[in-house]
Amino acid sequence: MAQRIIDTANHIAAYATKAARVQVIAAYPITPQTSIVERIAELVENGNLSAEYVRVESEHSAMSTCIGAAAAGVRTFTATSAHGLALMHEALHWASGSRLPIVMPVVNRALGPGWSIWSDLTDSMSQRDTGWIQVYCADSQEVFDTIIQAYKLCENERVLLPAMICLEAFILSHTYMPVEIPDQEKIDEFLPPYKPKWFLDVDNPLSHANIVSPEWYMEFRYMIQEAMENARRLIPQIDKEYGRSFGFEHGGLIEKYKCEDADLILLTIGTIGTEAKIAVDNLRREGLNVGSARVRVFRPFPKEEIRGLAESTKMLAIIDRGVSFGMEGFLAEETKASLCDQKNRPLIAGFVAGLGGRDVTFKTIEKIAKKSSKWILAGRVEKETVWVDLRE
Amino acid sequence: MKKIASIKELSKEEHLLKGHIACAGCGPAISLRLLFKALGNRVILVVPACCSSIIPGSYPYTSFAVPVQNMLFEATAATASGIVAALRQRGIRDVTVVGWAGDGGTFDIGIQALSGAAERGTDFIYVCYDNEAYGNTGMQRSGATPYGAWTTTTPAGKKERKKDMPFIMAAHRIPYVATTCPSYPIDFIKKLKKAQQIKGTRFIHVLGPCPTGWRYDTSKTVEIGRLAVQTGMWTLFEIENGRFKLNPPSTKLIDRAKRKPVKEYLRLQDRFRKLTEGDIEKIQKWLDEDWERYRNLESNQYL
Repeated sequence: MAQRIIDTANHIAAYATKAARVQVIAAYPITPQTSIVERIAELVENGNLSAEYVRVESEHSAMSTCIGAAAAGVRTFTATSAHGLALMHEALHWASGSRLPIVMPVVNRALGPGWSIWSDLTDSMSQRDTGWIQVYCADSQEVFDTIIQAYKLCENERVLLPAMICLEAFILSHTYMPVEIPDQEKIDEFLPPYKPKWFLDVDNPLSHANIVSPEWYMEFRYMIQEAMENARRLIPQIDKEYGRSFGFEHGGLIEKYKCEDADLILLTIGTIGTEAKIAVDNLRREGLNVGSARVRVFRPFPKEEIRGLAESTKMLAIIDRGVSFGMEGFLAEETKASLCDQKNRPLIAGFVAGLGGRDVTFKTIEKIAKKSSKWILAGRVEKETVWVDLRE
Repeated sequence: MKKIASIKELSKEEHLLKGHIACAGCGPAISLRLLFKALGNRVILVVPACCSSIIPGSYPYTSFAVPVQNMLFEATAATASGIVAALRQRGIRDVTVVGWAGDGGTFDIGIQALSGAAERGTDFIYVCYDNEAYGNTGMQRSGATPYGAWTTTTPAGKKERKKDMPFIMAAHRIPYVATTCPSYPIDFIKKLKKAQQIKGTRFIHVLGPCPTGWRYDTSKTVEIGRLAVQTGMWTLFEIENGRFKLNPPSTKLIDRAKRKPVKEYLRLQDRFRKLTEGDIEKIQKWLDEDWERYRNLESNQYL
């Protein structure tokens, strides 16, 4: 029987490891990820989860332990945040290059200095080139569902890549929300045990990750690119299949809300997408023709879907809770890159908001939309990137 | 366990295959060959960045006839932890997981992961093959480089002493720590075989003479290893459950008169060419102090 519970996204992520029958978990604590690894410890010690739980001495070792375990043929899990993710950086490349389907929630937190434990996407965004699939969640149900979906996707032979399941600090991690946990038998049906073709096996000795000469290196890298393209096709399929089995779908690569006739589309990522829906409803009541689209998957990037949105609208207002210094918001940057060949490009403006956990409410988003609407009337954007609510 | 008295009794099987690209006279390559003879081929090897990530040759070939996980420089012990956990989940009990790392990957960049794995009691054998510098990158100094040795980053000779790694590992209260050297193949094989029978973290420290880095003739590797032991610069011992024991031929060297002067070991290697007589006296003094400690440990036995 499916179970409806009220809990935090972090605890929900811990329950997802049980539902996915994860076999090896290696983790190191960091705020605000801690309640994931604490709850997993309880599950393991109470005998509710029969996984090996390796309490490593750093995040670099957490990822390395996952790499060893996944290479030895089992389903693995870790979770981290901010500085922990940054410390893992080298091992992130090794995981994707080794084509290991490790699944890792990243509780998005600002990087220091000064120390900040609050929400900011710069931690995971700055790992976008590591060859990891990246999914950004908007609520706790999506966190649970995406972890299950991610194993199915990542273990697919045409993908074999690791995935980060990103959820924002406190806004999701420590906030209680109702979530439906599907029946275990049905999850087992959806996600059968991991059976890799290649693993460390004394009866079939293979050497993993040998030195590779320039004759071969590029081919291996091309295969990662191909795997990402395969993931691009599979993600919406798996999301739909999950929806048919369990009743929850999350928009595949991008979740659209009232975009069909919108003159202005608010392009968001993460929980800002949820606030944007409220803003859209309020603005529509005021007569503004606004829609919103939440990028759910950042790697592979939903280029085609964004081109589709750009075709039918007058302006894209892109809201980023993160910034690439010396350029602009990450989502703004990638969106513009996707549209460079587009004829009749809409107006585009980037809005950097909510860094280090500053609230981005529907009211903030309504202000952004109203400013954008003025620019549509004027036929041009006044500022390429606006830092929202910045103290002058 | 059957006692081996002569190298003629060793397994004829080779799991370090022909065609590997180690330097002529490579001490670590001899060690790896012996390791396979001791442990057999139901072994999974974790190899970080080190000479041994090059020695097997490049994709699509390898000369290691066991499954190998090549891994990041600092991550040998953490990776082994993951493999051990996965094997337990899969119910596989007859496979030995071995970390095979150089001195840089053990003393320096990998010490954190190694310390963590040892503290967790990870069930694996960690072998440090120690050629006393970063050999694979062209001989830069490491925490294992001895005082006075030339390396490319200490062209005037290293000013600091070598870390006492086996005792650092023993301080983790692991069940088995041992030192060995491929110049004493029976000692080497015995210790690896013994380690294989023990549960928990086992640390084997191998002195692997390196003609390329130590600057001696490639035919002298075994001789250099023997001189290291005979002068007392390298000591063969075991620390089993905290109990210290010298092993032959080091056992008899507790008598200072039986130890050759350290000069005999140093003068054969060009890396020590800049040592003054004063330096050599200093090294001899430190060495004699170390041996006083070994004498005390041998008589008290427990650390």
